[in-house]
Amino acid sequence: MTRLAQLRTTLSEQPWELWMRQIAAVLRMDLRKNFLSRRGIWIYLLAFAPVVIITLHAIIDRHSGSMREDTEVLAGIFQFFYLRLGIFFGCLGIFTWLFRGEIIEKSLHYYFLAPVKREVLLLGKFAGGVVTSVTLFGLGVFTSFAMMYLRFGDAGQYYVFNGPGMGQLSAYLGVTVLACIGYGSVFLALSLLFKNPIIPAILVLGWETFTPVLPSLVQRFSITYYLKQLCPVSIPGEGLLALFTVVSQPVGTVAAILGPIVLAAFVLVLAFKLVRRLEISYVAD
Amino acid sequence: MSDNRIILENVSKFYGEVLGVNRVNLSIPPGVTGLVGPNGSGKTTLMNLMTGLIHPTEGHVSVLGISPTRPEELFRRVGYCAQFDSFPKGVTGFSFIYNTLRLHGLDDRESVRLAHEALERVGMTEPALRKVAGYSKGMRQRIRLAQAIAHHPTVLVLDEPLNGLDPMARAESLELFQALGKEGLHVIISSHILHELDKMSDQVILMSSGYVVAEGQIHAVRTEVKEHPMQILIRCSDPNLLASRVFAQDHVVEAKLNDDGKGVLVRTRDADAFYLLLNQLVVKDKLSLETVAPADDDVNSVYQYLIGSENKTI
Repeated sequence: MTRLAQLRTTLSEQPWELWMRQIAAVLRMDLRKNFLSRRGIWIYLLAFAPVVIITLHAIIDRHSGSMREDTEVLAGIFQFFYLRLGIFFGCLGIFTWLFRGEIIEKSLHYYFLAPVKREVLLLGKFAGGVVTSVTLFGLGVFTSFAMMYLRFGDAGQYYVFNGPGMGQLSAYLGVTVLACIGYGSVFLALSLLFKNPIIPAILVLGWETFTPVLPSLVQRFSITYYLKQLCPVSIPGEGLLALFTVVSQPVGTVAAILGPIVLAAFVLVLAFKLVRRLEISYVAD
Repeated sequence: MSDNRIILENVSKFYGEVLGVNRVNLSIPPGVTGLVGPNGSGKTTLMNLMTGLIHPTEGHVSVLGISPTRPEELFRRVGYCAQFDSFPKGVTGFSFIYNTLRLHGLDDRESVRLAHEALERVGMTEPALRKVAGYSKGMRQRIRLAQAIAHHPTVLVLDEPLNGLDPMARAESLELFQALGKEGLHVIISSHILHELDKMSDQVILMSSGYVVAEGQIHAVRTEVKEHPMQILIRCSDPNLLASRVFAQDHVVEAKLNDDGKGVLVRTRDADAFYLLLNQLVVKDKLSLETVAPADDDVNSVYQYLIGSENKTI
């Protein structure tokens, strides 16, 4: 039997239906915690802060500014705020808390005492984190976009539905999903590796910021390297700002979409190993 | 054989440089097994090793032939009521058990049915829809017990399950554990209430400072404790005569008349020889026996002999 045939047989023998039910059970429990926890209020603020600013801008400057300018402003808000800060720190808050929060609240053992493969549990929690972060930041981006063009009335409506607007919105939302998957996997793995993942997270932020000055092969291990290329509106970057916007050696669109997914898959495989070794020792934590 | 036993082979667990348990070898058969030892003796570590919450530094653990590294198989057959008195935020008694059953992969209907069944078994049906945060310690203990038994496990590991229970609930829980043991389940139970463990345990494991000091049926363990002569209380028609006869024997170190004058407490280094002698005396001196009972053939005495002098608190 060839290796491929062996793999196919092994895969077909796995209890996929049971795993899906278990992932759904973890997801159901975690979504309630993720959305309704009081400690997550700052993540809501991160996701919707630009909406407030754009709304104020729409009210105060309703008779000034052009659509072209505002499109660039929105691109700046997305690339500089959402991508670099909002989604990054939001995912940090959501994904590091998935296991670390259970450890702090001394409730992780209830998951470990159920007949669930640790890998399945991790995937369930990761899915919960992705749904939460995508919902919050997707809504934030969507509302920011809507508020930005709403003030232009019919022209704005035409731009969105008959011009490039809808394509840009889809791209922003797509990049948001990829960012949540990419950053989420990294922060989930870090939370399993470190008791306090804040310092490693700052290192990740540094890595994501300064990889553009590194060789192109190294840049491919950065999530923003791919996401920058998928942003629909380019921002004219000069000086230090170019660090955040310019891609020196871009890859194709498909590769840019697959890049963060492959990186996330690789990190999740590492996280599988970490979660298998994880012990319940609340006193030590 | 190993498919019906809990086996620990040369198991050691170190937390950094701190010893949890050291070179533990056990083969636990079905029935109620009492785990006895002072605080910090390694009881909880041993239970956590059996259930895979921690991994051994050395050695192997197998529960009914399943490695604890395979929770997906292990917890179909094992229920663990851990000592951690904490719950996921905002859960009710019912949702706590229901959610665990959903994690097993059961559908809504089956999960509801099993959750209600478990709640009824521990007498928690009435407060089941209230939040766990408002429960008393005893209620929280019972809801954790319900969660451990809800999926009908064949191995039940209970870490201090009687803590915080009122006498009524304690008696009911003991009855439940004994019933489960009689059904052929493995019930591993740690408790510091020795006389209660004594009543329900088929065998005991005595632990001290991370080591297994003794294991087996309590009578067999007691027999092995040679340095403390066995105490046997005999109530008979002529205790004075009996006392004088047995005191002449080498293995008898003490024969003390009871205050009421109707019994003799004998301390002997060889219980078998003493029982043989007693049979002969009954025939020869026409003694009428009322009771013959070991006076220190229980968990408490064995604990005191083996561990008590080193560790006063348990």
